[in-house]
Amino acid sequence: MAGKQYRGSEIKDVDQFLKDSAGLESEREKEIGQHIGYRYDVNLVPDYGRLTPYLKKYMEVMGWDDLNWLEDVHMGYEEGSPAVFDRNNNGWVRIPDSIELPDNQQDRDMIARELLLKFQMSDRHPLVTLRKAYMKF
Amino acid sequence: MASVSDAELKKMSQDERVKALGMTTEQLTGKSLYIEFDPGAEERFIYPWAPVVDFNKRVELDTDKLTTREVNKKIRELMSEGYGTIVLQNPRGKHSLGVGILSKLNLIVEGSLGYFGVGLIDGPNVRINGRVGWSCGENMMAGTVVVEKNAGSTFGAAIRGGDLVCKGSVGSRTGIDMKGGTIIVGGDTGALSGFMMQRGRMVVCGNAGKNLGDSMYDGTIYVGGDIKSLGVDAVEKPLTDLDKAWLTRKLKQYELLPSKGVDHFKKIVAGKQLWNYDNLEPTEKKLIL
Repeated sequence: MAGKQYRGSEIKDVDQFLKDSAGLESEREKEIGQHIGYRYDVNLVPDYGRLTPYLKKYMEVMGWDDLNWLEDVHMGYEEGSPAVFDRNNNGWVRIPDSIELPDNQQDRDMIARELLLKFQMSDRHPLVTLRKAYMKF
Repeated sequence: MASVSDAELKKMSQDERVKALGMTTEQLTGKSLYIEFDPGAEERFIYPWAPVVDFNKRVELDTDKLTTREVNKKIRELMSEGYGTIVLQNPRGKHSLGVGILSKLNLIVEGSLGYFGVGLIDGPNVRINGRVGWSCGENMMAGTVVVEKNAGSTFGAAIRGGDLVCKGSVGSRTGIDMKGGTIIVGGDTGALSGFMMQRGRMVVCGNAGKNLGDSMYDGTIYVGGDIKSLGVDAVEKPLTDLDKAWLTRKLKQYELLPSKGVDHFKKIVAGKQLWNYDNLEPTEKKLIL
């Protein structure tokens, strides 16, 4: 059954969920005690003027002219921390405090893409152990 | 976790491997954010288990007398031998060809594919010099797939990432339940395209059939031609400069950029009326039931 109106709140500030981890703004959010919707703009397309050297190299190695699947990767905010959702791990991975966050979502997304990529390609990714346990030899 | 060699793991049953790797003792609850990125992580570009292939090392495979399973197995064998470009000859519309390729590869198909072609892929660049049947690129994770002619229904069903391109026209329910990635249609798309779309981007250079974007929760659909009708909760929004730059770049990449540019494209998004937060939450339901 369809609802009658969107009862979440709009994201106004890039630091909104760092300053206020709950981020409850609309009446309905306050009523149910949880934020409605994503904590970042899932539809934000990348600004290719902000690519990092590592991402450029990755595109070259893979034979792609753009970010491909990384276009869907954004920096999110979970429990008051900046984090990235890792689809291969089905969970949020935290951005270390030592990384200084830029003041805009586009540059934050590029950092998120770079960190997620390095993590997924590393031996410390949980999929490495999962693969060993469940793979068919 | 005890250190167990691959040779030892190979001798074990799956249950024994899981225990030996310490996985049964793992607590799965309350594990959100339990991992932190390593800012000093090494720069690598392929998964640790992925075969190292060279795009310049090319081989042709005649699939005429082979079954689907034999072809897919042969592709893996060739990749483990370092072949980075594989050409499949005489596919003759076989179903499920090229599925589950999980690393970089150039795969060229000289002919047409049947149902569920190149589904579940994570990284390869596929060019199909023919047509494809239902559900091409279903559940695709990453990579590029370019179909030179037309495609059947449910093109890119449940796609999660990567670029899936059909230079011709496609059937109905294109990108049904898509959760990411980009689907590009050079021609027209049928009814109920983008049905229950959750995120990702769909670009249709031609016309769209009835009920476009029906029940979409999020994501964006760009249409260059006419839209027969919009589905429930699909609404039009103005194109931004960032949208135009992205569209121009993407369409140019696949040689689909219209001569008049992209200014005429319509942008369709979710009206978010179907986000059922104004209905009772599960806990509220329990209270009154």
